[in-house]
Amino acid sequence: MPKLSYAKALNRALTDEMERDPDVFVLGEDIRFALNNVTTGLLDRFPDRVLETPLSEQGFTNFATGAAMGGKRPVVEYQIPFLLLLVLEQIANQANKFRLMSGGQVKVPVTYLLPGTGWRPGWGAQHSDQPYGVFAHLGVKTVIPATPTDAYGLFLSAIRDDDPVVVFCPMPALALREDVSYVDLAPIPLGVGRVCRPGDDVTVLAVGHLVHDAVAVADELAGEVSVEVFDPRSLHPFDWAGLAASVERTGRLVVFDDGNRFCGVGAEVLATAAEEMRLAAAPKRVTRPDAAVVVGCAPELDLAVQPSRAQLVAAIQAVVKS
Amino acid sequence: MSARPAAAAFYGTIRLIRRFEERCVDLVRSGDIGSGIHPCVGQEGVAAGVCAALRPDDALLSNHRGHGHFLARGSDPGRFLAELTGRVGGVDRGRAGSFHPSDLSAGIWGASGTVGHGAAIATGLGWALARDGDRVAVSVFGDGAVSQGALLESFNLASLWRVPVVFVCENNGYATTLPAPAGIAGSVAGRAAAFGIPASTVDGQDPEVVYDAMAAAVDRARGGDGPSLVEFTTYRYEGHHTFERRMRLAYREEAEVARWRERDPLAIQAARVPPPVREAIDAEIEEVLDAAVRFALESPRPDPADAADHLYATPVRIRGSLFAPLGAAAVPDGAGPQFRWGFSHA
Repeated sequence: MPKLSYAKALNRALTDEMERDPDVFVLGEDIRFALNNVTTGLLDRFPDRVLETPLSEQGFTNFATGAAMGGKRPVVEYQIPFLLLLVLEQIANQANKFRLMSGGQVKVPVTYLLPGTGWRPGWGAQHSDQPYGVFAHLGVKTVIPATPTDAYGLFLSAIRDDDPVVVFCPMPALALREDVSYVDLAPIPLGVGRVCRPGDDVTVLAVGHLVHDAVAVADELAGEVSVEVFDPRSLHPFDWAGLAASVERTGRLVVFDDGNRFCGVGAEVLATAAEEMRLAAAPKRVTRPDAAVVVGCAPELDLAVQPSRAQLVAAIQAVVKS
Repeated sequence: MSARPAAAAFYGTIRLIRRFEERCVDLVRSGDIGSGIHPCVGQEGVAAGVCAALRPDDALLSNHRGHGHFLARGSDPGRFLAELTGRVGGVDRGRAGSFHPSDLSAGIWGASGTVGHGAAIATGLGWALARDGDRVAVSVFGDGAVSQGALLESFNLASLWRVPVVFVCENNGYATTLPAPAGIAGSVAGRAAAFGIPASTVDGQDPEVVYDAMAAAVDRARGGDGPSLVEFTTYRYEGHHTFERRMRLAYREEAEVARWRERDPLAIQAARVPPPVREAIDAEIEEVLDAAVRFALESPRPDPADAADHLYATPVRIRGSLFAPLGAAAVPDGAGPQFRWGFSHA
């Protein structure tokens, strides 16, 4: 069975979809050289559907909105996560509102692809953000695949969705490889989570690359506590029913989230669980801290503020004991 | 180039827009248009000339001062007014109001509230439409927009990729209260020229002059020669927004307003139409507007239970507020038909 890497899965999804649908095109910076490996081979196959842009993120993000309204399906690639903050207005206030403001007359099917979000060792404060919670908060459809198979399936569904969708690909997941039969690759619907590892005592909701850390922790604690790992896969829409079903069985919840703590995904999940689910113990979250998510370009400093396996172990043990 | 419409046609468009805006001010006063409006009174000649130069299937993106563009492109006055009053019979089912309307049946694809940002959306739209035919996109913005970086980025993209888009700047002299010379280093046309885009500055008070300049720009775009910019010099006789009727802002002299009134587009065009023809047009417009006001005010208010409609094209479950976890619609008593705007801007 072939090994599929996360980055190759993104490339394959985009290639397959451009092959299938002539309205799909890709735009971004340096994409003709595929710096992020997503657009490898596309320029040769689809020379008039690969749009190399100047450094005008706000301009080309709005351009994509207009092209989508005009019947195309743009995929916009951004090299660095902070660029999403530069174009926050263009995505959340323009692209995501034209459907509503037109009373349903137009649709805006744009996919914003971030092939590398989160911490990059030594890249400093402006290149290491994980702003997925911001987009979910603003009601922009947001997905964050953890595995190559999910990267393929969710990216495909994002392109086919008739609304703007942001696809966050966490940096630590890009190098992951998975044994995959290509014929099994298929679109994965937005808003459908996945139990990655079944368990009975506590549900760990893990986001993005942290899914793999959560599974490792679950394995490590196997003799002590039975941990279920749930990956929501998309943050908006969110698979509340899937999470509730898991928590219904375990009665305990820990969230493992690479976003900032205040108003983050962890906060929302805990609030919803407290309001709507039956919990046998107070839930916990392991997240980045409240404020600056990365404090410099020294790994010791950066790692000190990121959610860790050790913190997850402590949170699981605390929740199970209480 | 298409033939320039008859003088009476331009007169009718300008007169319709003028009277529509005056009716809107009444409806702002009565509280029926809760948002207030950004009146385009004084600028009707630009809307009339620009829109007459377009084919029905060309795409225009308007801005916050856009009522004139809609009427000039043939949007139904009743449905458009129903939109301004937040009714289900509105062109956008009451989701857009005065600030963000669109009416695809009239070739208007939206009105971005972020000044200047519609230009890049129009550029993308023009690019997409050109791949499947020979339609042209138009972006209309004011003098305030030309200091937005995103607008300049769109000039760059449109010129690099030879997009069939016409940038229309309605330079009415003020960005809200800021005089254009205090906000624009260099010039409007000079900005376009810097990106290799042909640009001209044209009298916006004479609809026939506007038409000729716009028709040339549209021909150029349709012929595959790329974008151009036309700056129309014009003036708004009213404030930036109807809130200025209760909040006197001393940013311009009465004498200046009076000078521009001497070049009123309505008067300029009226002089080209025989009085009996004008009188017939005027009478017909009053009937149209009477019917439009009736239609708007008789159109039902939206049902609060429908508030999430059109948020997404591929719907997702919405939680919170009305959208309680178990889906039981908790509509407060008295919400809906009895609702009145809590304040008036005029």
